[in-house]
Amino acid sequence: MHELSIAREIIAIVQDEMNNLNLTKIEAVNIRLGALTGINADALSFGFEASVVDTNLDGAELIIEEVPIRGKCRSCGKDFEVAEFMFLCSHCSSTDLDVITGEELDIDHLVGS
Amino acid sequence: MDKKIPIKKKILNKNDELAADIRRLLNAKKIVALNLVSSPGSGKTSLLEKTLAAMNDKLNMALMAGDVQTENDARRLMQAGGRIVRPIVTGGACHLDANMVTKALDEMDLDGVEVLFIENVGNLVCPSSFDLGEDMKVVLISTTEGDDKPLKYPSMFRRSSAMIVNKTDLLEYSDFDIERVKKNAWSINVDLKILELSCRTGEGLEAWYAWLVDMVKRKKQRG
Repeated sequence: MHELSIAREIIAIVQDEMNNLNLTKIEAVNIRLGALTGINADALSFGFEASVVDTNLDGAELIIEEVPIRGKCRSCGKDFEVAEFMFLCSHCSSTDLDVITGEELDIDHLVGS
Repeated sequence: MDKKIPIKKKILNKNDELAADIRRLLNAKKIVALNLVSSPGSGKTSLLEKTLAAMNDKLNMALMAGDVQTENDARRLMQAGGRIVRPIVTGGACHLDANMVTKALDEMDLDGVEVLFIENVGNLVCPSSFDLGEDMKVVLISTTEGDDKPLKYPSMFRRSSAMIVNKTDLLEYSDFDIERVKKNAWSINVDLKILELSCRTGEGLEAWYAWLVDMVKRKKQRG
């Protein structure tokens, strides 16, 4: 259940930003979550909901944009979605590829005032 | 009025910055750092016990043993001859993070150390997210587990640089297919180095020791 640690990191970062930007109310925290991170979106939402209670983020919603894994083939140069974690070019079957998305674990933006 | 406020921050930024500091420190001291990950019971502690027994006079090794509770693993490593051993009791946390490793390193004398083993908490999910400043993650799997584990835990096998298949002495008693586990692992990570061994019989351990010695040599030659 490392999602709870991740949820707490998100809250700490948002609280820093609230201080820096003089925000008092956060409606939503929008994050991007790559499929390669091994972090479960439902467990993260649950951990976030449980952790914001009685903080200045109470009531804030965690909105998760799940980012699929995409690869770019080093042999044929095309890019493609890596389905089912099969790291194989869907055009030419090469295994020589760069992962271009899927590692995201970022806060993108806040909605608040 | 509510407004959209762009942030663009990495959620694990704090951990990643600490990990980068650890990596700088270990690189400056030319210490090879391996983060050992596996399910509980795959043989991380046994592998380190064997390695200490065989290599203590050839390699200067330091060890960290992470456990949710008890210092049993650290005690085993000291009994096996470990000179520099730090237990890390996470008190419930399912993984080590860079902050725990930083604190443990502060209390270790690293002068002359050539290899640092970080034995993570037995868990194939959570430790994959936390960079500890290691040179590489080494994932262990044993032949009493399913040979589809790489497919079930792709994140960990993708982020590891080597896979050790332990308990090869039990192959004849299980349905574990060594060729299938390799195929599964390479479908996730084509660059994965694979070693097969048995801590119990000693089969395959020489190749593991030789690989360690080679990594130490290469790290010393670098820069």
